[in-house]
Amino acid sequence: MSINDKNTATKSDMLMNIKDISLSFGGLKALLNVNLQINKGEILAIIGPNGAGKSSMLNVISGIYVPQEGTVEWKGKLRKKIAPHDIARMGIARTFQNIALFRGMSALENILTGRNILMKRNLFLEMFYMGMGRRQEEEHRKKAEEIIDYLEIQAIRKTPVSRLPYGLQKRVELGRALALEPELLLLDEPMAGMNVEEKEDMCRFVLDVNEQFGTTIVLIEHDMGVVMDISDRVVVLDYGIKIAEGTPDEVRSEQKVIDAYLGVG
Amino acid sequence: MRKQINYTYFYREEFKMARDFDNLDTFPKILRDNALTFKGKPSIREKEYGVWQVITWGDFYNKALVLAKGFHSSGLKRGDKLAIIGDNRPNLYISIAAAQILGAVPVPCYQDSVADEIQYILDHAEVKIAVVENQEQVDKLLEIKDRLPILKNIFYADPRGLEQYNEKEIFSLDVLLNNEQAISLDLDEEINKTSKDDISIMLYTSGTTGRPKGVLLSYNNIISLSSVACEIENTSPDDEVVAYLPMAWVGDNIFCVAQSYIAGFCINCPESRETLTIDMREIGPTYYFAPPRVWEAMLTQLMVRMQDASQVKLWVFNFFMRIAKKWGNLILDKKRVPITARILYGLGYFFIYGPLKNNLGLTRVRMAYTAGEAMGPDTFLFYRSLGINLKVLYGQTEATVFVSLHRDGDVDPNTVGPAFPGVDIKISNGEVFYKGPGVFKGYYKNEEATKETIDKEGWVKTGDAGVIDNNGHLKIIDRAKDVGKLNSGKMFAPKYIENKLKFCGIIKEAVAFGDNKDYVTCFVNIDLEAVASWAERNNVAYSGYIDLAGQPAIYDLISKEIDKVNKDLSQDPELYDSQIKRFLILHKELDADDGELTRTNKVRRSLISDRYGELVNAFYNNKDHCFIETEVTFEDGKKGSISADLKIQDMNVYDLKDKVA
Repeated sequence: MSINDKNTATKSDMLMNIKDISLSFGGLKALLNVNLQINKGEILAIIGPNGAGKSSMLNVISGIYVPQEGTVEWKGKLRKKIAPHDIARMGIARTFQNIALFRGMSALENILTGRNILMKRNLFLEMFYMGMGRRQEEEHRKKAEEIIDYLEIQAIRKTPVSRLPYGLQKRVELGRALALEPELLLLDEPMAGMNVEEKEDMCRFVLDVNEQFGTTIVLIEHDMGVVMDISDRVVVLDYGIKIAEGTPDEVRSEQKVIDAYLGVG
Repeated sequence: MRKQINYTYFYREEFKMARDFDNLDTFPKILRDNALTFKGKPSIREKEYGVWQVITWGDFYNKALVLAKGFHSSGLKRGDKLAIIGDNRPNLYISIAAAQILGAVPVPCYQDSVADEIQYILDHAEVKIAVVENQEQVDKLLEIKDRLPILKNIFYADPRGLEQYNEKEIFSLDVLLNNEQAISLDLDEEINKTSKDDISIMLYTSGTTGRPKGVLLSYNNIISLSSVACEIENTSPDDEVVAYLPMAWVGDNIFCVAQSYIAGFCINCPESRETLTIDMREIGPTYYFAPPRVWEAMLTQLMVRMQDASQVKLWVFNFFMRIAKKWGNLILDKKRVPITARILYGLGYFFIYGPLKNNLGLTRVRMAYTAGEAMGPDTFLFYRSLGINLKVLYGQTEATVFVSLHRDGDVDPNTVGPAFPGVDIKISNGEVFYKGPGVFKGYYKNEEATKETIDKEGWVKTGDAGVIDNNGHLKIIDRAKDVGKLNSGKMFAPKYIENKLKFCGIIKEAVAFGDNKDYVTCFVNIDLEAVASWAERNNVAYSGYIDLAGQPAIYDLISKEIDKVNKDLSQDPELYDSQIKRFLILHKELDADDGELTRTNKVRRSLISDRYGELVNAFYNNKDHCFIETEVTFEDGKKGSISADLKIQDMNVYDLKDKVA
């Protein structure tokens, strides 16, 4: 997370500045002239009805999609098309709407894969488990164990993830994203399909991550209760257009939002 | 296993020389001595970050000294109280030791108590400092802090999630542990000042009736009994115990803390409650204590899993279990058995019993106890037949646990064993009384209750009804006050009936009614895991607990079990009238959070009959169903309500066996 540290000095609070972007797939306009700032240390929720462009927005933020119009600035610096491993190096991690773990691997191994980008390679030293190779192994394992402790999944450390229930798989996925020690964490529907108890647990983890590590979090979520409870700021999209932005309370009372969700009466 | 016992004897010589409990008459003194005698030996292990971290006796003592200094500088003085709230963690055990060094009294509380329950105890005990495990407990204390004027400081062991708290009275224990400040206090002198009649610990009894009472136990109480217990069992510094039962429960303080101080063995703290079985397997304790509930749950789980095994495996399992049932107990008791039985048992050990014990983490268990409730003879003998030396112990917090205990080679599943050495037992008006070195010093700030419990000659009332059998074993029937009379004039012992029901494995909890009534009726709680597995195998679809509990198929299943119990009861002329005439399956599990069970999971009879009064009336008004709405408390303290229309089923009653024959 030392990347671009010098540049942040100038624009201290803003992590990402998305200016006037439009994204379309052929004739389909997914996003239209959207402006969005992501501030350091906040929890930002993106909400909207189905097909509003939320996931597209997340993909623009993570750099998977490059918008046809407009610019994306990362820490005050213009960002161009980048390769996925460079996204990770920038300090951006994400989880997926449909869980994307290595199903045959244990929870611990899955979390360790998240540290891939932070490992330095030396085939020889790693083969013989000595010197730097060994120190690294221990250090990464320690970090992974801290995350396991943090997410309270000690009991399933060595269980293959395919055998875990859905809620725990989601937690392992969050663990893998955390293993990257990200600056910006993108969560695509982290609570989808969970029961109330699992949701409460997840909320606590999200809040704790934000508080303890100062990680900036952008999340997409359908459960309004969750969104209103945990986010600092909410952005509402509808048909690719940003229709509202503000604190949960402000957004809640916005007429356009009510119309978008309930239909115009 | 035999090898291990020899090894123990070898150690024993050394250990005897080192111990002189006339001089080492308090825990701080023993601890100081342990730091020299067992210096580099582990005293506590905790699994953290996936690795077992060891604290040696030397470290334990040093940390306790540092903490004692810290507590002293935050104002803890001789006679003050220090509360401990949390799961079994090394830092909490060290805090207890530190408080004792200062002559303060540790007061452990149940970690899953709700804020109000904790408030009552902290207020009643006049607690000055609280040492808690984590954020959850800190939140509870902050909620009630305003009502506790004496509580000065709160220390927490695990800082997670607490960085943002800026209340000025909460601190991390690490602040004390890393702060080697010089204070004008000679801790060596403080340790010398402790004497054997000082209060070692104050334990609040869970209170089957009314508010919890603070039981005061002296060093003399605990050390005199625990050293005898170590003597009987040949406990050695090489033993291992897993500390997983609540720290507020007397057993944890005796079996883990006191005995490890005395024998020098190691306490192992599991990583979390969920990892207990994994941690057990890794440690392989030699000393294991569990209430009947845990043993029963383990057996149920095992049997449920065996149902899914292939036919061949199931056959082999059943074959060798029959062998074990027939010969295992005799072999364990070192009785004479035919050589063919020994060979078969040996084979069984290789194929089934050994791997099974390994899977349960019980391979190395040398001494195993159960206490607190009655245990089904079948369950009891199951474990013994595997070669696990399971014994029953009968005790109370007020007796510093030990009242009676089974001895090796003299074990009877229906009794709780002969009196513990040094303890006298008498039965008066059907009720059990005892007297001995473990008798407590009184209830804190409750002279009246103390007088009611201990009479002038020192006999302590247990409140349990019991008899002494021909072999000198004590047999407990029920709580004395619960034993009632049916209208026919016959004795009604609800617990006895309930236990019989619970032994079948699919009934988790039962509450029987019948005092001053014409016949006996009962509520049943199904064991979700066992019944769900049965439902799956028999294609019974259900959506949740309430739905499952109300299914006719489940009613049939339960009524078959009750029928067996009735048949059994009908053979006893005393209990013939106690056959169950009507029953229903409750729509919710009885829960300690709703006050229906105590924190140690005993049924609160009067509260339940008040709460479900409508259902009890329906029993005796010949209704065949009854609607009920109940308030429930969730784990976070929120309230909700659930309702259901419960069916009441009638049962067949058998004639007295003599009449039939």
